Amino acid sequence: MDLSYGEEYEEFRAELRTFLEENWPPKGAEAELPKKEAAASFRERATARGYLARSIPEKYGGSEQPPDEIRAAIIREEFRRVRAPRDARGIGTMMLVPTLLEKGAEWQKEKFVPPTVSGEYRWCQGYSEPGSGSDLASLRTRAELVGDEWVINGQKIWTTQAQQAHFMFCLCRTEPDAPKHAGISYLLVPMDQPGIEVSPLRQMTGGADFNQVFLNDARTPADWIVGQRGQGWEVSRATLKHERNSIGAAAMSTAMFDGLVQLAKQSQRGGRPAIEDPEIRQRLVALEGYIRAHEYSGYRQLTLNARGEHPGSIQTMNKLVSTNIGSEVAKLALDLLGEDGLLDPDGERLLGQIPNMSRSWISQYMYSLGIAVAGGTGNIQRNVIAERGLGLPRDHYAQSSK
Amino acid sequence: MNFGLSEEQRMLQETVRQFLENECAPPKLREIFEGETGFDPALWKGMVELGLAGLHVPEEHGGAGLQVLDLALVAETLGYGGAPGPFFGHALGTLALCLAASDSQKHKWLPRLATGSALATLALGEAGGAWQPEEWALPAGDTLSGTKCGVPYASLADVMVVGVAGGGLALVERESQGVEVTPVGGVDRSRRVDQVRFDGTPCEVLPDGKAAAPRVRDAGLVLLAADAFGAGSRLVDLSVEYAKTREQFGVTIGHFQALKHQLANMAVELEPSRALYWYAAHAFDQLPEQAERASALAKAHITERAMQIARDAVEAHGGIGFTWECDVQIWFKRVMFDRAYLGIPSVHRERAARLAGW
Repeated sequence: MDLSYGEEYEEFRAELRTFLEENWPPKGAEAELPKKEAAASFRERATARGYLARSIPEKYGGSEQPPDEIRAAIIREEFRRVRAPRDARGIGTMMLVPTLLEKGAEWQKEKFVPPTVSGEYRWCQGYSEPGSGSDLASLRTRAELVGDEWVINGQKIWTTQAQQAHFMFCLCRTEPDAPKHAGISYLLVPMDQPGIEVSPLRQMTGGADFNQVFLNDARTPADWIVGQRGQGWEVSRATLKHERNSIGAAAMSTAMFDGLVQLAKQSQRGGRPAIEDPEIRQRLVALEGYIRAHEYSGYRQLTLNARGEHPGSIQTMNKLVSTNIGSEVAKLALDLLGEDGLLDPDGERLLGQIPNMSRSWISQYMYSLGIAVAGGTGNIQRNVIAERGLGLPRDHYAQSSK
Repeated sequence: MNFGLSEEQRMLQETVRQFLENECAPPKLREIFEGETGFDPALWKGMVELGLAGLHVPEEHGGAGLQVLDLALVAETLGYGGAPGPFFGHALGTLALCLAASDSQKHKWLPRLATGSALATLALGEAGGAWQPEEWALPAGDTLSGTKCGVPYASLADVMVVGVAGGGLALVERESQGVEVTPVGGVDRSRRVDQVRFDGTPCEVLPDGKAAAPRVRDAGLVLLAADAFGAGSRLVDLSVEYAKTREQFGVTIGHFQALKHQLANMAVELEPSRALYWYAAHAFDQLPEQAERASALAKAHITERAMQIARDAVEAHGGIGFTWECDVQIWFKRVMFDRAYLGIPSVHRERAARLAGW
């Protein structure tokens, strides 16, 4: 074992640092540009050097680097350190682009991938519906081919960034007579049209990160379908294997924990700093056990991925591990806040206590629950762990329902 | 960045696993577990032949010259197999001599310990949960008097390393006068412990004992964490296997979501902590400034997790899980040992808090 990255990688890191010193924050005339333009120009140079868009072929605007988990980790570390713009982290780059690269038609790749990678095109995801959450394949939004257009009617929900998005990638029922999973198609839909209405969904924290999207005779060209009719379910699943493990998530857990320790040092209990309180000390270290295990487990998975070996059942667990930690951190933070826990989550006084985050701890106390539900609730994760990780029988409802 | 095992380390684990599967499968294991001494000479001899007695002894003294990480990987595998016998005490007693003994003491003992022709053990604990070096109270000069608790397989050991007042270490030969060994009825019958009373017993203070004592304790914490991880993994596997074979309502009970979720939770509680004990072992070998805290954290976290998993495993087995004949009890008690030995988790959480400067 060797936790340093080794000579070859440290050289790579040194080159990267030099590049970053010279290019970020913006220098000279570029420093005068609007932030967005400066970032775009920086991204272009970083891509040319192979630091960004690494998994994207050159002809679609990427840098087409051989997969190298360790280089990727170093890039994340160094970019984060100087807060340089990284790959556009929207749902378009994370979910749509890998899907198109694997399943899309050539013209679709050429048209959509480069502007999505550069951040020009923004996307939202039209999967969940009011009646279709965990049982996503029961979705009822219908698309009918009328002439050379799909005409879409239905409702989507939990649609992050729907207001800002230029397009939606959307699962629709196109073959109403086919069995559940076989009746779905994967469509790309322009958002700016009269048939689409976006309505924000206010969450318990008071903010509105999600939306409902109503589709009333919304239209999209007949060939804006990824894969064949009725293959939408498989197309949407293809993305899942592109999702990588927990390194990033563990970094967030450790940063939050640092914030929690700070909070414990600043808060009072019985007239003394809370961090001197035996119960708080026990709880902090108990929590740190989970956090370090998650962090080092990320190192282990990184190593196995870099060797081309499968990390095993741990890969099914990362999300639940990470959201469990998020909840426990937030719970201890609320206890440390004491009577400040009565305050408005967005009140001035509480902001800025979590490193790299604009939310207050009170907001995080609620938000951590949202994160635990997003992308599959804890109970759905437990099904996945039990079935794919431990080899227990599939849920018979999931196998047979209509 | 390489946070993974080498080919040799994987082979070491695989060899030990195979050995235990062949030589110490549950019927045999149970026989030793239920027996008078908790010791099977043939099994220990087999382990010695695999090189486990001298894994970490320098090559110049007849060992394999490996590190605490390698010992910990073996400890995990022994925990998984529920292997009975004196590995733990022998490994730590021998490590103490490697770290603290004089050249002549090393020459005298290490070659014999490395080849298993002599057995070592370690006597640290004193009444009232005094496991830590700063808590030891036995005064040592040319002789030693007082009582040590929880000494693994003291009745079989040829040499004992004893923690003494001031946080140092002393060597006592088992055949010396004034050593009285009393077996303690321990909960974990796969690792027996004795109470040892010294009465004017001749001893040799180890020259580097004070520096080595906390290191030996830290290595002990790592080995206990690794053993508990192995035992916890076995408990998860036993429970999953049971869920795949036991039928109720016409299907295997693994079909039921309530049980699937309980088993998933057990796995989620345990699996990430494999890396936590690896890290603590790696820190012991390579990052000494982090070793003390990392070992405290690993021991506190993993033994606590494994203990809850053991309780869940009983529940997952239903009524049969509560019986003596069900193998769950063997690993349940294994974890009880790992959790309590060298101090319960809260002791080490407080140490970890202090070591962070909190």
